[in-house]
Amino acid sequence: MNAVIGHWSHENQKRVEAIIAAYPQRRSAIMPLLYLASLEHRYVSEDAMREVAELVEITPVQVHSVASFYTMFKKNDVGDYIVSVCTSISCYLNGADDVLAAAQETAESVASDSDDDVAVISVEHVECIGACGGATAVQVNYELLEGVTPERAIALVNWLSDTRPEVVLADEMQQLFGGRRSFDWGSTESFGATGPVPAFGPYGSAQEGR
Amino acid sequence: MTDTILTTRMNAHPSDSHTISRYLNTGGYQSLAQALEKMSPDQVAEEVKASNMRGRGGAGFPTGVKWGFLASGTPRYLVVNCDESEPGTFNDRQLTERDPHQLLEGIIISSYALRVNLAFVYIRGEYPKAARRLQRAIEEAIEAGYLGQNIRGSDFSLDVVIHLGAGAYICGEETALLNSLEGRRGEPRLKPPFPAVEGLYAKPTIVNNVESIANVPWIVTNTGDAYAAIGPERSSGTKMLSMSGHLNAPGNYEIVMGITWRELIFDIGGGIPDGRKLKTWIPGGASAPWFVPDEHLDTLVSFDDVAANGSMIGAGAVIVMDETTNVVEAAHRIVRFFAHESCGQCTPCREGTTWLEAVLKRILDGKGRHEDIELLLDISDNISPGLKWPPAMTTICVLGPSAVSPVTSITRWFMPELEAMIAESEVAVG
Repeated sequence: MNAVIGHWSHENQKRVEAIIAAYPQRRSAIMPLLYLASLEHRYVSEDAMREVAELVEITPVQVHSVASFYTMFKKNDVGDYIVSVCTSISCYLNGADDVLAAAQETAESVASDSDDDVAVISVEHVECIGACGGATAVQVNYELLEGVTPERAIALVNWLSDTRPEVVLADEMQQLFGGRRSFDWGSTESFGATGPVPAFGPYGSAQEGR
Repeated sequence: MTDTILTTRMNAHPSDSHTISRYLNTGGYQSLAQALEKMSPDQVAEEVKASNMRGRGGAGFPTGVKWGFLASGTPRYLVVNCDESEPGTFNDRQLTERDPHQLLEGIIISSYALRVNLAFVYIRGEYPKAARRLQRAIEEAIEAGYLGQNIRGSDFSLDVVIHLGAGAYICGEETALLNSLEGRRGEPRLKPPFPAVEGLYAKPTIVNNVESIANVPWIVTNTGDAYAAIGPERSSGTKMLSMSGHLNAPGNYEIVMGITWRELIFDIGGGIPDGRKLKTWIPGGASAPWFVPDEHLDTLVSFDDVAANGSMIGAGAVIVMDETTNVVEAAHRIVRFFAHESCGQCTPCREGTTWLEAVLKRILDGKGRHEDIELLLDISDNISPGLKWPPAMTTICVLGPSAVSPVTSITRWFMPELEAMIAESEVAVG
């Protein structure tokens, strides 16, 4: 095994080895490696896809074909926070379109007041994220909050812009801006997301918050 | 609810049901010990077969029978499907986040029964907390000797690997899931060969849903016969139902099937907010044909009773709509979902779902034409000839026909409303 890992960080090089070793075939590591690449490059760039291709020993075009199939591999810089508002059927029935509009307008107004090249906050509408009992459901960097109203969405986006949390924590957001939940979440979880990639230990994207 | 299997621990110990200490002091891992010490792998599989448990992922195929199809040869794999993405479903998320050791013990016992030494759990990318909780459970179980090499001194060894999806509903279809796990686009495969013969890496593979596997420890401890004795025939055991939409008490409920939809919606789900009237509901997730109060409130909640009425329990998502609902917009939302999630392999689905979405949008935008109703039904018939449920297929998987369900539902139950909406736009256009 002679992995070429470009300019990835030392920690991520170790993660690459562990991820590839977990599967009977190298190609299975494509998706986790694309998440790792998103952390390194902020999104799945052409360079990132070439590096992943070398690691799993297939062509860049084959990696591109996989990356383009999945909506969570972002092809351009989404900033530090991606706010995903569910507008599928159950959330729609509970007013999700107004929540989405409120989040979008707030994010636009925040962006127009700043001179960053790339907006810090991106707002997207997504299909069902499995929190229908707590409609409307929203995720920030894939960390969930439930029972969101337009007013709470505005407050959430402003809070992200003002406080710029290093680690996005579901329980913290739920406490500040959430409402009815799909089910009791149980005890508070201390791990959250460090960027717009699902926060999961083996991918190096989860960190302990305050 | 008195008879619960899956949610007993999380209900009794809401703050720490996910930890190994709570799991162990509430009987956890004793089913595994029993299986390893007193039962052969085949005996475990026999108990699961005797339970008559029908797969909880949507198709309702008996889990024990599926296991019986697993071909000989090694390596062989167990893949657990936690790609829960059907609009309306959120029960696998609760089971994984709140009681990950129960799921993990089910995975270990099932792997023992199937003689599998490497199991994967495919968790949708939007469920990072479920992945973290299960990963922590894996680490705790290895440390405590319930997972890894020579489990509890036996000659059975197992590794469990979590694989995160990245936002594709279609990966919940088991062969698409396997392609995704192999590092490919999540496109369903033609069957046969079935995964039990040629699955992951073309090796014999069993793909089971989270809820199915989470039931296995209880079945081993209490016997398959005891599980089969719960609830109506052919709908045995408990079922997690995700209830959402216009309800006073949405949420996940673990029920014994055989109650009526009236009881489910008005007693368990708390009825409709602000005294509004029930208009329609979807009994089994976005794919399922809709039910209406005049016809179905006294129908029983069971696999067979729902099927006899032309719909399905599916993965157990009940979506309730009250009298204020614009059913054309609701249908459009669901069709839009399937158009977005179509993998694009099969022409009837790729083109058909896109056209259904466009025509419904046109009607909603006040540009409907009278012939649009016929057009919607014609497109639907090209995706799924005969417009029946279970659907006739022109496609590799059932995603395309699922997009037809909302169309046939509104044309069957709400035709006057649809016609009125089109008539209004024709008047406006002149």
